[in-house]
Order: sequence, then structure tokens, then C-alpha cells
Amino acid sequence: MEEKKPKKRVHMREQVPQVRARNFMEVPYGYTPEEAVEEASRCLSCLNPSCTKGCPVAVDIPSFIKLMKEGKFIEAAWKIKEENALPAVCGRVCPQEIQCESLCLLGKKGEPVAIGNLERFVADYEREKGEIQIPEKPKPTGRKIAIIGSGPGGLTCAADLIKSGHQVTLFEALHKPGGVLMYGIPEFRLPKAIVEKEVDYIKKLGVEVVVNAVIGKLYSFDELFNEYGSDACFIATGAGLPMFLGIPGENLNGIYSANEFLTRANLMKAYLFPEYDTPIKRGKKVAVFGGGNVAMDAARVALRLGAEKVYLIYRRSEDEMPARKAEIHHAHEEGIEFMLLTNPTRFIDDGKGNVCAVECIKMELGEPDQSGRKNPIPIKGSEFQIEIDVGIPALGTRSNPLLVSTLPDLKLNKRGYIMAEEETGMTSKLGVFAGGDIVTGSATVILAMGAGRKAAKAINEYLKWKYWDTRSLSN
Amino acid sequence: MFKIVKKEELSELVTSFEIEAKDIAKKAKAGNFFVLKIHEEGERIPLTIADFDTERGTITTVFQKVGKTTHHLGTLNEGDSISDVIGPLGRHSHIEKFGKVVCVGGGVGIAPIYPIARALKEAGNAVISIIGARAKNLIFWEDKMQRVSDELIITTDDGSYGRKAVVTVPLDELLRENNDIQLIYAIGPAIMMKFVCKTTEKYNVKTIVSLNSIMVDATGMCGACRINVGGKTQFACVDGPEFDGHKVDFDLLMSRQRMYIDEEKVSFERYKKKRGFNTLWKRKNQKRECI
Ligand SMILES: Cc1cc2nc3c(=O)[nH]c(=O)nc-3n(C[C@H](O)[C@H](O)[C@H](O)COP(=O)(O)OP(=O)(O)OC[C@H]3O[C@@H](n4cnc5c(N)ncnc54)[C@H](O)[C@@H]3O)c2cc1C
Ligand SMILES: Cc1cc2nc3c(=O)[nH]c(=O)nc-3n(C[C@H](O)[C@H](O)[C@H](O)COP(=O)(O)OP(=O)(O)OC[C@H]3O[C@@H](n4cnc5c(N)ncnc54)[C@H](O)[C@@H]3O)c2cc1C
Ligand code: SF4
Ligand code: SF4
Ligand code: FES
Repeated sequence: MEEKKPKKRVHMREQVPQVRARNFMEVPYGYTPEEAVEEASRCLSCLNPSCTKGCPVAVDIPSFIKLMKEGKFIEAAWKIKEENALPAVCGRVCPQEIQCESLCLLGKKGEPVAIGNLERFVADYEREKGEIQIPEKPKPTGRKIAIIGSGPGGLTCAADLIKSGHQVTLFEALHKPGGVLMYGIPEFRLPKAIVEKEVDYIKKLGVEVVVNAVIGKLYSFDELFNEYGSDACFIATGAGLPMFLGIPGENLNGIYSANEFLTRANLMKAYLFPEYDTPIKRGKKVAVFGGGNVAMDAARVALRLGAEKVYLIYRRSEDEMPARKAEIHHAHEEGIEFMLLTNPTRFIDDGKGNVCAVECIKMELGEPDQSGRKNPIPIKGSEFQIEIDVGIPALGTRSNPLLVSTLPDLKLNKRGYIMAEEETGMTSKLGVFAGGDIVTGSATVILAMGAGRKAAKAINEYLKWKYWDTRSLSN
Repeated sequence: MFKIVKKEELSELVTSFEIEAKDIAKKAKAGNFFVLKIHEEGERIPLTIADFDTERGTITTVFQKVGKTTHHLGTLNEGDSISDVIGPLGRHSHIEKFGKVVCVGGGVGIAPIYPIARALKEAGNAVISIIGARAKNLIFWEDKMQRVSDELIITTDDGSYGRKAVVTVPLDELLRENNDIQLIYAIGPAIMMKFVCKTTEKYNVKTIVSLNSIMVDATGMCGACRINVGGKTQFACVDGPEFDGHKVDFDLLMSRQRMYIDEEKVSFERYKKKRGFNTLWKRKNQKRECI
């Protein structure tokens, strides 16, 4: 009877907070094969598994875990890859606590199965053992697809379409493919070598990846269709326009958008300066403004660059923070100082054009607004100043107009995002599909992947019939 | 990889490269720039497309050696390749027939002013050009500028060539003597553009400048290049790089350009040490300091 008692989740060992706060190595170490099997063995192999419903791409969770229980790690990885081309990424960055794991039956009484950790383990195992399976090349269809943007949305769509036998070209504006996975999410959460491997896999499938191609500038959209001869196109350009606070002093030296700070650190590897040429300010006292994943990442990067103090300044309370719980927890552990119910009002100049302090005001929570979150209201006369030498507004992003402004016949919504049908990604322009953050606004890796997958399916349908019915997009 | 097909030393600090980049050459227009990254560890730096040849499938850039990356770039030779070249970026110049226009190029700014002067000339404008530098050995492309200008004025700070003056002196004279000048284009160091704008403001003649703020992605994604124009924050890489000079906060631009002065020094010193003998030898031979 002993075994019937639900076992506790196998904890994934991590670098201790004091140590990891000063290096860029990954925080968790990953499971050993024994630990992985032990954790897998907790799964009840439900016949009607609810966990799968919580996964936006419907990974066959019980089946892959069953293979793991049998020690068939490689087969388990292949199983996941039937639905998810980037398991090593998703296992690390999916908000499992509100997705697959939130619906796991075991979660009702105790801790849910650590689905993300298991996914990560088998993907890493497959990669390290070098047994990456390349499916047989399908019969060529002679159709050409252009995909713009190589984030998770574009990568997934590309992987699916190449498997259907089309000729797929992926265009990326930056010098490296991967989108936010490459330039946004830091090394210690998602090692770049892993993203590179995943991109390699997609190249091995036969996708042509063209970097340094800013569509709208280097090639116009019409050229992709007419000269390049695409039959269809998928736009997954992400939501890459930084927002600022709009307060005085925001252009002082030392104030970075989170996008810039993270791009310097991740894509350009400025944390290795001067080994790498791109510089970054290593602030002693750093303030990050915001409460999402991006703010947590910026704060933790600043700490690793050697800051003595990193403040996370957020105008609501911790309950309202949109960041993943695990990341908030990690930030606390590492010693990030949370200043809640606080809002910046202006940055102060040291007289030489550098920021030397930020003035903040205390907030209190009022009535809930439409979104159900309590509205923060400034408390009169509660202004105070803190000394800082780097300030990082991490307020989220908006739609980047670079490409869409060259496409007047593409319908956008009020916020400048592309209007696309949810189930297909179909836009108002014939043969053009869109998905990921450029449609939804900042969301998650797995949702962008889901959109890429749906669009791939819809593109296959479209290529059969060339049928286009945009009625559902009229508003 | 993007191959350098032609290299020319225009002066001891200024080098010109013709780079194979077929698709960029096809799209480039006066006023566009591009970004390059020399190798894996390199930084992304923006440079103006100073010329382009659709038939040869090349773009030409002229750069001044100021720090690590531009010095490193200068060591590359014909046949060598640059790992990443991204463009054309930025809004291109707005060219139409204005009438009489003045193009001012200061220092390495002579290169980017050239395609604009040419386009203005081709559009039927009367083009007066002023090019200036510290000394004679820093003046280049005189012949090219001559060909696209109705009148060409050359100035040097030390008087070693042309008029001994800064560019704003002949510019002020021109404006005083000609009340039919419709437009000024000025490209050069921020400080020069600032004083050009101060000069032209008095005569109320519209002045376009091309701003060289520090950039990273140059696609509007990071905000590193932000500047203030008419009281509003703008991104030089996508909203510009050309702006109405009378509305630009040049002091902010210059302050932001200095943001990494300490880091740039570290990087450059380290580079020189690594290159060691080579750079020193060159320096001695050319009897000059590196910066
Ligand atoms: C710092 C940070 C941390 C995050 N953490 C998490 C997390 O832990 N978990 C999670 O699920 N989500 C996280 N997210 C969100 C997630 O990364 C995004 O929702 C997801 O990457 C969106 O994917 P996408 O394919 O739509 O676009 P992106 O990943 O944004 O990629 C778009 C790509 O398109 C390129 N592009 C843009 N314009 C053009 C053009 N004109 N021509 C060619 N290419 C172009 C861009 O350069 C970019 O590479 C995070 C986001 C950030 C910024
Ligand atoms: C739109 C644009 C067009 C330009 N066109 C030309 C050109 O045609 N010819 C030319 O010689 N120069 C041009 N520049 C300037 C050129 O980019 C810098 O000289 C170069 O980046 C210096 O790099 P470095 O490592 O050699 O010097 P560093 O020692 O790193 O820097 C010297 C100075 O250059 C500037 N700078 C440094 N890094 C950058 C960066 N990433 N982006 C922009 N500026 C930076 C800073 O003001 C710095 O103080 C242009 C800049 C812009 C923004
Ligand atoms: S892809 Fe994400 S949501 Fe789906 S099973 Fe894997 S970790 Fe869970
Ligand atoms: S719900 Fe939980 S226990 Fe059931 S199959 Fe899914 S992971 Fe296993
Ligand atoms: S350089 Fe990044 S937005 Fe202009």
C-alpha cells in the first residue's frame, strides 16, 4: 500500500542563488536519467488525459512519458516532436503552471507531474546523444512558401510546411535566426546553443534560412510573390517595438529599453565584452520598471553583469505581476529588491547627461478596472528618490510597423497588429497568413508555435483550393 | 559572407570599400545606410551607402577609422569578406526639383553627401556643394563632387587646401548673397551639423541633416538610436536618419554618442595591444596618432 501514496515531485537541482547571480550559466542543471525515470513514473498514464488539453499544441503527454518510463528517451523525444518542433525550448520556457501542468490529474491532490522538466530532459538527451531523427524527405510539391521572421512562430510553420514537401524559405532581419529566443530570453534561462541546435534541425529538414533580410527594405512583399514566386506567405515578425515610460529624463545615458539591454546582452553577447565588441553599461545600482517576464529577465541580467543592487519597480502588487511564478521566485532568491506599488515619475541628470537617480511615487490600489486588476493610484506627496546609474523600462512592446507599413492592403487592428483568423492565420491579403506576437501582441513561445502550426495546416488547404474568404475578418 | 571587391585609401584615416551585395545594391537609394558586423564577436555598426552600382551588384561605403571596429575594418583587403551586411536601412532622401540647393559635407560626411548631391543634380536642381575637413589629406572625392555640383567650395581648418575656414563660413556667405536657396543638406560630425543649422536658421532656409546616433539592430526594435526632434522622441534608424535640422536637439545627440566612451577606449586599447607591432608600425610610418 505504501506506493499508492502520491510521491513527491523530483526536484530539479539548481545552481545556488548566490553563485548563479554572478554567472550566465543555466540556472537548473537538468535531471539525471534516473531522476527522469523516477519523475516519469509518477504519471498515471490517464486514458483521458487532461494535461494534453492544457498544451496549446496538444503534445501527446502520456505517450511520451510512458516511453520515458521504459527508458526509451530518444523515442520519447520523437513522440514530442510529432507535435512540437522545439521541445528543448518549450520544456524550459513554457508557463507550464498555467498550461499542461495546471490540468494534470495529480495536481488535484499534490504536485502535478513535472511535464516541462521531462520534456526538457528528453530533448536534451536526444541532442546530446546525437541521434536527431530527420524524417524522410517528402515528395516535392513544387510549391514555394516564404516565411518572414524566425521566432518560434516562423520556425514551427517552416518545419511543418517542409514536411509537406514544399520549398520553404525563412527570412530573418537580424544576423541570427531565433527571434526572441535568441535576442530576448537570457542565456541562463535558455542557452543559445540550444536555440542554434533547434534551428539547425529545421535547416536539416531542408528549410532555407536567409538572415540579414529585412523584409520591406531588402525585398518588398510583392517581390516575394512575383519575383521569388511564392505561392503563400506566413508573417511572424513578432512584437518588437519597445515602449518607454514617457517621463522626463528618459533619453539620458544609462536608460535602456529592455529590448536594447537584452539584445546587447544576449544576441550581441555584451556580457563577454571586451571579448565581444558590443558594450553594455554595467550598472552598480539598477532599476527595472515593470512586472512581466521581460522585467525579470532584465533585472537578473543586470545582477549578473555585476550590479550591487537591482530594484524591480512595479506599480501594482506582486499578485498582479504577469511574470511566471517561477521567475519571480528566482528573482527573489537571487536578491532582486522588489519595490511594489511604486511608479517612476522622472529621471535625474548627473549634469553630464547620465542618469544618477530616479524619482518615484508610492501607489495604492483602487477599484478593479475592466481587466479585473486593481487600478493603482498615486499617493500625493509620497515622492522619493533612489540613486541609480542604469534604468530599464520593461513595459512590454508594440507592433513594429517596418513591414506592415509597406502593406497597405493588410488589415490591422486598432493597436497596429495584423488581423488574422484565429484558426487559420488567414489575413485580409490573398495568400498571406500571419501568427504569433504580430497578431496577438506579446504572448508566449508556445502560442506563437501553435499559430505557426495552424497556419501551416491552413496554407496546405489554401494551396489545394486557393480559396480565400475574409468575411470573418471584417469588423 | 559579403566580399570586398575594391579597397581604396582615400586619406590616412578614410577608407572606401566596394562590397558585393547584389540585392542591397538593387534597392539602395540616396540617404540609405546599412549595418555591418565583421565577424562572430563583432558589433553591429551603421555606415552610409555612399554609392551603389546595380549592374556590378555592389555598394560602396566610406568610413573613417575612429575606434576598434572601424580600425579592424580598415585592415581587411580586397578579396576578404564581411560576415554580415544588412540593408538598405532608413528612409531614403526625399528628392525633387527644389531649385537652388546647397550640399554640405564635413569630414567623412563628404561620402554620404555625394549620392544626395548627385540625386539632386539629376532631379534638375542647381547644386552648390561645400566640402570641408581638418586638413588637405582628409579631403577626398573632390572629382566626384565636382561632377555633380554646379559649384564646389572646399575648406580646410588649417588652410592646407581650399579656403582656410570651417564650412559654415562659405555657407553663410552663400545664404547672404543668394536669397533663392531653397534647401540645405548637411552631413558630418554632429557639432558641424549643429552649427550649420544655427547658420541657416538665421536665413530661415530648410536644412536636412543625417543623424548618426549609436545603433544596434537599426530596425526600430531597441531604441538605442533615440533622439529628440521637435520635442518628440524619434528613432533615428527608422524615422530617419534624415531630419529637419532646425528641430533636432543636437546636444542630446552628442551626449548620447558619448555613452560608451570608456568602453570604446578599453576595446580599442585591447585591440591595439593584440595587433601590437602591426598598428604601431603603421602609426609610426604615417606619423600620426590612431584617433
Ligand atoms: C525577454 C523576454 C522573455 C520572454 N520570456 C518568455 C517565457 O519565459 N516563456 C514564454 O512562453 N514566452 C516568453 N516571452 C514571449 C515570447 O518570447 C514571444 O511571445 C515569442 O517569441 C513570439 O514569437 P514570434 O514567432 O511571434 O516572434 P519573435 O520571437 O518576436 O520573432 C520575430 C522575428 O521576426 C523578425 N522580423 C521582424 N520584422 C522582420 C522583417 N521585416 N523582416 C524579417 N524579419 C523580421 C525579428 O527580427 C524576429 O527575429 C518572452 C519575451 C521576451 C521579450
Ligand atoms: C546612420 C549612420 C550612418 C553612418 N555613416 C557613416 C559613414 O558613412 N562613415 C563613417 O565613417 N561613419 C559613419 N557612421 C558612424 C559609424 O557608425 C561609427 O563611426 C562607428 O560605429 C564607430 O565604431 P568604432 O568601433 O570604430 O568606434 P568606437 O570607438 O566604438 O566609437 C567611436 C564613436 O562612434 C560612435 N559609435 C560607436 N558605436 C556605434 C554604433 N554601434 N552605431 C553608431 N555609432 C556608433 C560613437 O559616437 C562613438 O563615440 C554612421 C553612423 C550612423 C548612425
Ligand atoms: S509544449 Fe509547453 S505546454 Fe505543451 S506539453 Fe510541452 S511544456 Fe507543456
Ligand atoms: S494528467 Fe498528469 S498524470 Fe495524467 S497523463 Fe497527464 S501528466 Fe500523466
Ligand atoms: S537602432 Fe535599435 S531602434 Fe534604432
